[in-house]
Amino acid sequence: MPRELWEGNEAIAEAAVRAGVEAYFGYPITPQNEVLEYMSHRLPELGRAFVQAESEPAAINMVYGAACTGARVMTSSSSPGISLMMEGLSYIAGTEVPMVLVDVMRGGPGLGNIAPSQGDYAQICHGGGHGDYHPIVLAPASIQEAVDLMPLAFELAQKYLNICAILIDGSIGQMREPVKLPEMQPVVRKEYDWATSGAIRRKRRILSSIYLDVPTEEKVNLRILSRWKQAEANEVRYREYYVDDAEYIIIGFGTAGRVALSSVRAARAQGIKVGLFRPISVNPYPYKRVEEICKQAKSFLVVEMNTGQMLKDVQRAVRNRVPIRFYGRLGGVVPFPDEITCETQEMVKNPSKPDDDPADLWFQRMMSR
Amino acid sequence: MVSTAIINPTNLVYARPRGLTQTPSHYCPGCTHGTAHRLVAEVLGEMNVLDRAIGVAPVGCAVFAYNYIDTDFVEAAHGRAPAMATGIKRVLPDRVVFTYQGDGDLASIGMAETVHAAARGENITIIFINNAIYGMTGGQMAPTTLPGMKTTSSPNGRDVEAQGFPIRMAEMLATLDGAGYIVRRSLHDPKNIRLAKKAIRLAFETQLHGLGFSLVELLSTCSTGWGVSPVESLAWLEEHMVPAFPLGDYKVAPSVAALKI
Repeated sequence: MPRELWEGNEAIAEAAVRAGVEAYFGYPITPQNEVLEYMSHRLPELGRAFVQAESEPAAINMVYGAACTGARVMTSSSSPGISLMMEGLSYIAGTEVPMVLVDVMRGGPGLGNIAPSQGDYAQICHGGGHGDYHPIVLAPASIQEAVDLMPLAFELAQKYLNICAILIDGSIGQMREPVKLPEMQPVVRKEYDWATSGAIRRKRRILSSIYLDVPTEEKVNLRILSRWKQAEANEVRYREYYVDDAEYIIIGFGTAGRVALSSVRAARAQGIKVGLFRPISVNPYPYKRVEEICKQAKSFLVVEMNTGQMLKDVQRAVRNRVPIRFYGRLGGVVPFPDEITCETQEMVKNPSKPDDDPADLWFQRMMSR
Repeated sequence: MVSTAIINPTNLVYARPRGLTQTPSHYCPGCTHGTAHRLVAEVLGEMNVLDRAIGVAPVGCAVFAYNYIDTDFVEAAHGRAPAMATGIKRVLPDRVVFTYQGDGDLASIGMAETVHAAARGENITIIFINNAIYGMTGGQMAPTTLPGMKTTSSPNGRDVEAQGFPIRMAEMLATLDGAGYIVRRSLHDPKNIRLAKKAIRLAFETQLHGLGFSLVELLSTCSTGWGVSPVESLAWLEEHMVPAFPLGDYKVAPSVAALKI
């Protein structure tokens, strides 16, 4: 198929359609309205289900209901709306049914703004909803990558009976890029042995997240954890650029990683042996690989659009073996490649020590600007 | 334990409906949940749709409704049952999808979901148990608690100045064009129970014929929450709740009125 110019949100929606999504329930919030709007005409024209719900809690609960029937279902939202969905996500995780979530981060906290941000990494990766559960979270850095990850998202959700989130920001959502969309896959209504689809010629079923018997609830938690451990073992994804001979490695996901790539090329042209490590699965996080590249790195530079959320995952892997420098932009500010190149140069000129607090040093630099 | 071999079939005037499981319920003695469950089970059985039915259980005393009504069931978050039901019905339009909710679930935290499911004309059926109190959590004030009524969060009686007025759901939802059948009945005596069953039947027929959103509000007792005996609670309902929540048909779409059952 030839490449076409698509807006991010619409391409993601069409990719879900081609991956056989059966239902979309959502609510308007910038910067992901185009997902909802696109689905509002595309799904009905294919005879599939679309509802603009009255709120995000309503939308996620519609998703919850449809997921219980075994249908391939998704929603999308942005920061404040994702917060509203957290209860529903916990219920979906606790009931062990699959769904796909597109999380288009914006400036926050609170109402914030509609500019791109990465401030909700911890919320989606390390639990915003109550209880012990772990969504699979994929962080594409381009529209093409998001489109390519869509069918995988549905497969992973169904394979692990889990939430699979596509984590992007407003810039990926609203930029336009040439994209190659996949072939249309047919909608396949799978017969699951747990689905509540009407007890026709079978014993009736109940799907619930309530387990008043405490030992049973413990067993359920362990069951959920077991599937998560399988995901940890099998579903780590990342990309490396110029890492083979790198002495300095930048770590960034999504848009921050993409901007860092431009900076890596510029720094290389200046003779600095820098590379980029870009996690694609941020949950499960590629801890093992980060640990491996510790051996070759004189220092890491972690770049994200928040105050240091993925930084904690990097620190967990590095364990003070190698210095880490941090660079964060907040509130919807997107860093330019020049800034990251400057940071790289600084890292080379004035390396920090392995047990320096990278976030603290960054904060002091930010406050003295 | 009754042996059906002994009973002459012509003398059998009552049996457990096929739609109720054998599980003894946890409800308080005298609670009208038992009656409401039975009516729903009887209607779905008589309509022969038990195997196509999917129920959505609420948060409240009826959180375990799925232990008693013998259909596929899902468990909703508090107030979100109409949204779950919407999700199910939209992907499985030929199933009979119903919610069973109390007054806190439906009219407090779930108010938006209730109103919008009706406004969208979702072809789902809601069984609304209105006993003017929060049962499960120990008897707090509900959106339908009457002025002056003592509850654990209105210990001096509901003060309308500080705590507002009860909400009449049937009247309110009937103003929505998407609603096909909105009625209020009561469960306090055999005559009204029979009328309630007819209403539940017509509500499910509304869904089966795709005639819009259907809701049956059932005035119910909570002798534990009200602090009266089960027998007293029936009289209390008739004396206090019926005047505040008049029984009647609030919305019957012409297409629903034309149905022959």
